[in-house]
Amino acid sequence: MVTTKASLMSQTQPTTMMDESIPTTQTTEVVHTPVATPSASDKAARLNAPTIIDINNVDFYYGQSKALHGINFPIKEKLVTAFIGPSGCGKSTLLRCLNRMNDLVDGTRIGAGSIKISGVDIYDPSVDVIELRKRVGMVFQKSNPFPKSIYENIVYGLRLQGINNKGRLDETVERSLRGAALWEEVRDRLHTSALGLSGGQQQRLCIARAIAVEPEIILMDEPCSALDPIATVKVEELIHQLKQDYTIVIVTHNMQQAGRCSDITAFFYMGRLIEIDATEKIFTNPTQKQTEDYISGRFG
Amino acid sequence: MTARTHPFQRKTTVASYREAGVFWALRAFTYIILGFGVIIFSTIIYKGSPAVFGSERIDGTFPFLHNDFLFTKPQTLHVFKYKGEIKQMSAADYYTFVGQSPDASTPPPANPLTASPPSPVLSTTGINSSDITDHETYSYAAGGIWPQIVGTILLVIGSMAIALVLGIFSAIYLSEYSKQGPLISAIRLAIINLAGVPSIVFGLFGVGLFVLAFGWNISLMAGWFTLAFMVLPVIITASEESLRAVPKGFREGSLALGATKWQTVYLNVLPYALPGILTSSVLGIARVAGETAPILFTAAYATSDKLPWDLNISPDRLHSGFLGYLEYPFAWLHDFAFHGVNALPYHIYVVSSKIPQNEYTERVQYGTAFVFLLVVMMIALASVLLRIRLRSRLKW
Repeated sequence: MVTTKASLMSQTQPTTMMDESIPTTQTTEVVHTPVATPSASDKAARLNAPTIIDINNVDFYYGQSKALHGINFPIKEKLVTAFIGPSGCGKSTLLRCLNRMNDLVDGTRIGAGSIKISGVDIYDPSVDVIELRKRVGMVFQKSNPFPKSIYENIVYGLRLQGINNKGRLDETVERSLRGAALWEEVRDRLHTSALGLSGGQQQRLCIARAIAVEPEIILMDEPCSALDPIATVKVEELIHQLKQDYTIVIVTHNMQQAGRCSDITAFFYMGRLIEIDATEKIFTNPTQKQTEDYISGRFG
Repeated sequence: MTARTHPFQRKTTVASYREAGVFWALRAFTYIILGFGVIIFSTIIYKGSPAVFGSERIDGTFPFLHNDFLFTKPQTLHVFKYKGEIKQMSAADYYTFVGQSPDASTPPPANPLTASPPSPVLSTTGINSSDITDHETYSYAAGGIWPQIVGTILLVIGSMAIALVLGIFSAIYLSEYSKQGPLISAIRLAIINLAGVPSIVFGLFGVGLFVLAFGWNISLMAGWFTLAFMVLPVIITASEESLRAVPKGFREGSLALGATKWQTVYLNVLPYALPGILTSSVLGIARVAGETAPILFTAAYATSDKLPWDLNISPDRLHSGFLGYLEYPFAWLHDFAFHGVNALPYHIYVVSSKIPQNEYTERVQYGTAFVFLLVVMMIALASVLLRIRLRSRLKW
């Protein structure tokens, strides 16, 4: 499915209409208007990339409280999509909906709408969550290497699938670590504990572990929030490389980071999608007042 | 009162007396407790250690540790005056001394064909029974406590194995699988309350269920299950806490790589919780080793001087030929598990309440307590060492 900028706009439209029909406790008046006119041609071309994840009017609940209100937008293949917004705006919740990690939290449910990955509704009862998570990898805010060796961390996902062929495992370890730009640093100590790595190396190890199972989509939940600036730069460079092969969705609190490494940025506020557009557009000429206020640091 | 020479001059006031009073009162209470502890332990060590360290050497028998208190069976102590001299002898020594068979009062039925005249009351050793006066006997006061030590070890191993399997499984269910709700909260509350139930109640439960309803009689098996149910609350609570201490990131990281729930628990949660579970379970071991009440009616015999493996499996029970060889291990295991045992805490109870307390019985009373203290101390030491070792190895 090829989505044009126009269809992107038209899909944002129902968000507006839906919001008005839902009574909430929200005090701030949110005004929704369609995203503004397309800008430069390269951006337009970028936004014309095929859709891989189609988020359709999703309402999400934690027990009785509604965390997401009619979220509606597509995520494009082999692009980096950044979710920004103040704390508690629902960006992480939405991210964790994409590989159903929210299933682990008691009392959560999708109230309405659907999320389709390659055309399949992932909340359909026929979907095998295990297969879904193999295709949609995830990197967490706090790097969580397992207290095993670096090698065993990387091959964990393969061992789960019953792959124990030494040659294949070795090959995957090297490929994944090269892919995560970590190979040169750890090649001599693959069998030492992963907990001996620095924070940035641990996070890149987690990325390597995620790509070892060859997913199509990698979700990153504030991957750099616990890292120092140098480690952050390395992870951002890595994200640039990875988008050759993977669709990346990244949640970040750091707007400069969204600006540096994403192609498309979505701004969330109070569980609603306020604006989604090419990153340059969001950061230079946002349509919505709220987006502008947030970007310029007036709140959040 | 000294004159104020500077603004921070120390003054003696009511408050300063109160502070000093509180300090000394707290200190006194603590030292009183410490004093009692020292008195109890030193009495046991002073009176009990001679039984272990000062006992006879028994050369040439396995396990070659040459200690008749630790490695022989209990015997009846015979105290008597022989020609005015007080003698103490174990039953075996006494009968050798007087030259009688231990069962002299009830001689074995002789073969009528080769019947010999009844054995003489007067022995061949030339001891005249009229020389023996003031003859007293004290059960269990001679010999050793080997069957009790064996029984305690067997009870601990079996019941901890049962309790760990059941406890870890239910802790995994409670902390990893179940949805938190009123039912689970009620179950958890019930488990915690179970820990406060007196052990005699578990003993009665064991009698009712295992001994009578299941027909296991007084046996190792019934003791295992009764003790296992007694420590289950401790194990479940400790296991749940250890499981919850494993970072959430390990579970999420594993699930995000496409692991199933059980794969995640088995590969990435349980291994990191196990050290904590085992360390806390050591406390459970001390409790299992030390309880008398649950085994009182379920597993312990005071008089059984047969070791659990001294079994007599008659060939009549087995099929003949090859099938019999196959059956033998099962018959052996059956008899082993359904055989009553002795245990240290029960022995302490018996020798301190069923036989008189005097200079002749002190050896076994304090000796058993001393050995029991050593066993508990070794378990505690093992727990401390295990904790130190695992803590240094597992950090995240």
